[in-house]
Amino acid sequence: MLIINCPYCGARPELEFAYGGQAHIDRPVQPADLNDEDWTGYLYLRENTKGIHAERWRHLHGCARFFNALRDTRTDHFLATYKVGEKAPEVTRP
Amino acid sequence: MSDLTLVSPAASHKEAGSAAVASPFTGHSKVIAPLGHFGRAVLRVSEDLIDAVSERLGVTLPREANRSATQDDLSALWLGPDEWLLISSEPHDSWAASLQQKLGDALVALVDVSHRQVALGLESPHVEDLLASGCALDLREAAFPVGACTRTMFDKAEVVLWRTGAHSFHIEVWRSFARYVEGLLRIAEEEG
Ligand SMILES: [Zn+2]
Repeated sequence: MLIINCPYCGARPELEFAYGGQAHIDRPVQPADLNDEDWTGYLYLRENTKGIHAERWRHLHGCARFFNALRDTRTDHFLATYKVGEKAPEVTRP
Repeated sequence: MSDLTLVSPAASHKEAGSAAVASPFTGHSKVIAPLGHFGRAVLRVSEDLIDAVSERLGVTLPREANRSATQDDLSALWLGPDEWLLISSEPHDSWAASLQQKLGDALVALVDVSHRQVALGLESPHVEDLLASGCALDLREAAFPVGACTRTMFDKAEVVLWRTGAHSFHIEVWRSFARYVEGLLRIAEEEG
C-alpha cells in the first residue's frame, strides 16, 4: 500500500486520504471583476502535468486536514508533503 | 439472520463491570464486547485558545498528534490540530450543557455526539493482530503506545482507535457500523 506522510500525523496508509486537485490556486479577490474567460480559467482549467505536480490532499480519515503534496504523476511517487500556506519545498526527481 | 438476535448483557459479557450494553451477536467472544454508555463531544479550538480552554475544562487538550489526556472521568482525544473528541465515562443528560457552562464565552465549537457513536472494547494479548485484520496502521506499542488515539479506517468503517492498555483498545464507531466492526473482529478472533 502507498504510504503518505501527513504533515500532522506522519506516515499513514493511502486509504485514509482523499485527493483534492491542483494546489496553489488562489480564489480571485474580486470575482465580479473577472471576465468570463478568466473566471472559467479559475473554475475549470487545470494543468495536466506529466512529472512533478503540486496538489491538495486531505487526510480525510485521520486528522481530516487539507495539506499539499508534490507527487510525480508518472510514478505516483510522493516527493514531499507540506502544510497549507507553506511554500512548496525544493525537490529533485528521484 | 439468526445471529442478530439480541442477547442479554449478562450472557454476552465476559466480566462484570464491563457495562450493560448487549452485543447483537449470540455466542461468547473472548476479545470483543460493546462497552457501556459514554458522553461524547467534538470540540474545535483554535491554537491561541488551547491553554485557556484546557484550564476551563480541567483537562489538558493534547497538542501532540494522536495523544490523549484524562482527568477524572473526562478524556480528551486529539483528532486533529484543532479538533478533540471529549469522552466522559460518567455521562448524564446535561453533560454537554455542563461542558458548555465550563467553556463560558470561549470562542469554540462544541457538538454533542454522545449518541452518534458507540464504544467497543477489545482486549487480547493478540490485540494488534486482531486490529491488523482491518487496519493498516502500525499499532505496535512502540509506534502506538498506551494513551495513543487516532481516527482511521477499520475495513470500510471509520473508527477512532484509543489504546487503553498494552492489550486493550477502546474503539469508537458510528452506531450503524458497530455491528459490522464487531462482526469482523469476531471473525478475526475465530480465525486466530
Ligand atoms: Zn493527518
